[in-house]
Amino acid sequence: MDDALCQAKRAWEEGELAKTLARAGEGKEQYQTASGLTLERLCTPLDLPGFSYVDELGFPGQFPFTRGIQPTMYRGRTWTMRQYAGFGSAEETNRRFRYLLEQGQTGLSVAFDLPTQVGYDSDHSLAEGEVGKVGVAIDSVDDMAALFEGIPLDKVSTSMTINAPALVVLAMYVAVAERQGVPAAKLSGTVQNDILKEYVARGTYIFPPRPSMRLVTDVFHYCSENLPEWNTISISGYHMREAGSTAVQEVAFTLANGIAYVDAARQAGLDVDSFGPRLSFFFNAHSDFFEEVAKFRAARRLWAKIMRDRFGARNPRSWMLRFHTQTAGSTLTAQQPDNNVVRVTLQALAAVLGGTQSLHTNSRDEALALPTEDSVRIALRTQQILALESGVADSIDPLGGSYLVESLTRKVEQEALAYLERIDALGGAVAAIERGFPQDEIHRSAYRAQIELERGERKVVGVNCFRTAGDEGGGEDLLRVDPAVERRQRERLAALRRERDGQAVAEALAVLGRVARDPGAGLFGPVLAAVRHRATLGEVCGVLRDVFGEFEPPSDV
Amino acid sequence: MGGKRPIRVLIAKPGLDGHDRGARVVARGLRDAGMEVIYTGIRQTPDRIAQAALQEDVDVVGLSSLSGAHGHLFTRVVTALRERGLDRVLVVAGGIIPGEDHGSLREAGIEAVFTPGATIREIVAFIAERVGRESGE
Repeated sequence: MDDALCQAKRAWEEGELAKTLARAGEGKEQYQTASGLTLERLCTPLDLPGFSYVDELGFPGQFPFTRGIQPTMYRGRTWTMRQYAGFGSAEETNRRFRYLLEQGQTGLSVAFDLPTQVGYDSDHSLAEGEVGKVGVAIDSVDDMAALFEGIPLDKVSTSMTINAPALVVLAMYVAVAERQGVPAAKLSGTVQNDILKEYVARGTYIFPPRPSMRLVTDVFHYCSENLPEWNTISISGYHMREAGSTAVQEVAFTLANGIAYVDAARQAGLDVDSFGPRLSFFFNAHSDFFEEVAKFRAARRLWAKIMRDRFGARNPRSWMLRFHTQTAGSTLTAQQPDNNVVRVTLQALAAVLGGTQSLHTNSRDEALALPTEDSVRIALRTQQILALESGVADSIDPLGGSYLVESLTRKVEQEALAYLERIDALGGAVAAIERGFPQDEIHRSAYRAQIELERGERKVVGVNCFRTAGDEGGGEDLLRVDPAVERRQRERLAALRRERDGQAVAEALAVLGRVARDPGAGLFGPVLAAVRHRATLGEVCGVLRDVFGEFEPPSDV
Repeated sequence: MGGKRPIRVLIAKPGLDGHDRGARVVARGLRDAGMEVIYTGIRQTPDRIAQAALQEDVDVVGLSSLSGAHGHLFTRVVTALRERGLDRVLVVAGGIIPGEDHGSLREAGIEAVFTPGATIREIVAFIAERVGRESGE
């Protein structure tokens, strides 16, 4: 059959194709994906030598999960529509959460401000100007209670983008649930808790890598015994992609970090199947449509093999790569911002055809500021239109079997594997990050993309082609964070420090300090005790800073 | 060399924002255009940035923030530069900065604000013109 196909293809190339090329060439000499993978003019079965349906694709819900992790996928349950939100005070963000739930959103996703993300209270000098800006300011369990006021924690799933102090913030969430009368075992949601990509790309680290890995695995351990429905980590490629990585690098560096977390947890004495099913992932959905679909499929197949074959996991749930997706913030343009609605739609479609479990769609005004309520509603409606009107969710993995998509899936898998081998040779992800390897690779890709854009080899509509005069968006319709938030947050902290039982806080923090000095001891219990007494995030992180020290990035550029 | 030194630029990230793709791309672009560039890394205080500008004897300070704290932080950097007598240093900025803030930043001494979509070419041209020297001479 292949012989017949080869002959037919050659006849076509020498016949119709050659004639057309002789009359008129093509737009470019060579076609590539956004990540530089070569694109054939036409893919046929000849581009999939040795293809085995059963081994490479299988069936949904079966190893290697190329076609999806659930046997019924979106027919059984559509993806979770989860818009990342947070700004200003806990009360303001609580209002945005309730608005989103009223509009049909099905899960919550908390954005914290930068002081919270790096473990400083709102009255710290380094917090000046940043309080409530990129997310909500959370200093204590009282703020956390206000954030979820009127939202029963046994009825929603909550994702929290928090990393260096993830353990502390999760402890606060558990404490709020206790106040609501909800047992920890009933909580469902996710903490990002992915410190490694903070060193690579996102920057909200506090402690050096090794004690940070202890905090990460402590969360795995505590949750395996107390929060069985909780996703203990969201191993994130999103931010590395935003920082400029290619699709292949996104998959490779994310899975390399995943391998490092599994290694660390096993070294801490945990069985791979005790925490493997609660690992989750977070990817970016960029604009190069087929490459993105292939990326998600390749990542699923790779992780299944890593967990089963490299780590010997036996529970099929440990093999499943479950992931959240967010559309690509870095592709949004400040010029003609309404065009961003179209970009987001394409990217969201790629995520759905790639089999995502949950999705955040960006808002059109995010190259200018945090999104307004109107913009967020359009972004959420985009998901609802995809789910309910387009029919794309009704048949599983509809691009499976496409010669192009299957060959791209193979290419992404093979190139990512080559990176994984290089990272193994460097001693694993932690050692590679300490040497700056993924960072350098990402910086190079980011610069290359910018040069291609400036040379016009990479087109961005409204930016380097089809510009219109006066097309910079923004102005009166942007969201402004009330500058009084910072002052009010400081006043609240002062009141909290006056009213709480200072003696109990001091004792709880002293216990935490002692436990932190014992490398084999679990930290979750003592942190939970401290936050119940209303110790602040900054105080808890301060104790850990004293014991663990702080991360100093390698100097470069 | 024409007796003139290349334009020296400090690229800095004030505040807690960790997004430095733009800062790094611009740093590298300016270097490829013949300028001498120092990048501070993330999480710098206004005082540390001004101190680095003084020590490195730079002609230009480029500030980047995507966190919305630009109003507070950029102004503080300009003040810290002035306190050290660095009145002639050209200060420019980039990041997620709404158009309605550009006017107040200019009044505070930030001479240009480059937002998403700005090219290295236009940033190089602006700096070269303002500093009044051809880069890389």
